[in-house]
Amino acid sequence: MDAPTLTFLMMDPPYESARSTTALRLVDAAIRKGCNVNVFAYEGAVSLSFAKQAPHANTVHGRDAQQEDHPNPKDWIAALIAAAEKGGRKLDWVNCGLCIDERGVAEAVPGVRRGSPADFWKFVESSKNTLVIPTR
Amino acid sequence: MTPKVLSIIETAYRATLEEQDDTTVWFLHALKGAGSPQTLLLRGNAVNYAVRSQDASGLAFGARKQTQPPRLAEDLSSISRKGVTVLLQKEDVERLGLSRDQLIPEVELVGRTRIATLMDEHDLVWWF
Repeated sequence: MDAPTLTFLMMDPPYESARSTTALRLVDAAIRKGCNVNVFAYEGAVSLSFAKQAPHANTVHGRDAQQEDHPNPKDWIAALIAAAEKGGRKLDWVNCGLCIDERGVAEAVPGVRRGSPADFWKFVESSKNTLVIPTR
Repeated sequence: MTPKVLSIIETAYRATLEEQDDTTVWFLHALKGAGSPQTLLLRGNAVNYAVRSQDASGLAFGARKQTQPPRLAEDLSSISRKGVTVLLQKEDVERLGLSRDQLIPEVELVGRTRIATLMDEHDLVWWF
């Protein structure tokens, strides 16, 4: 039987709520269960994969950048794409192009591509199920 | 005159895993370091930040493991040592079923009816 494909739509920007991490947990679980996963990042969520995110030192924690080991969301996404490949599955991550342009965040980590709501609809049509995780 | 500030956090765990701390608590650490007199009131679900036994470790996506998870109770202890009074709204602590011995010793519980007075005792009130 072919591996099922699940689609997620995310809208939250990084560093603002717990929803982004929770969504990535669901993506991680789906990949571990052998699913192919599509993600359409809409509005602020296009910044999740922005390649210029940079780890930093944290003086409040008393740690330098290496000790702080800050996992930027772009690294989590890259790790999920790699994990899917390793397991013979695919994580297809598409960022809404107009949302990218509005925010000036065109540079994404490898494996992430630019698209439009039409890509999301294609995802939906080819998926077993779709979960929309909107902003609140 | 340096204004005294009452900062109130009500919404808890906003991106704490991504940030490895609470951004408002971190911000207040920095403001205190810059000379701002601060009182911190945690209410709503944010009272849970004072629970000693919480453990956010173990997060991993693919091969990327988080090595420095948020340690929110430690961050409260630390800001208290810097001279920030940390208050918890008593009714919310009770609503979550928490007992005093589950909380870090640096926090003080205050009843809801005291909050208006608290506001009056400060020059600025910031609701995060």
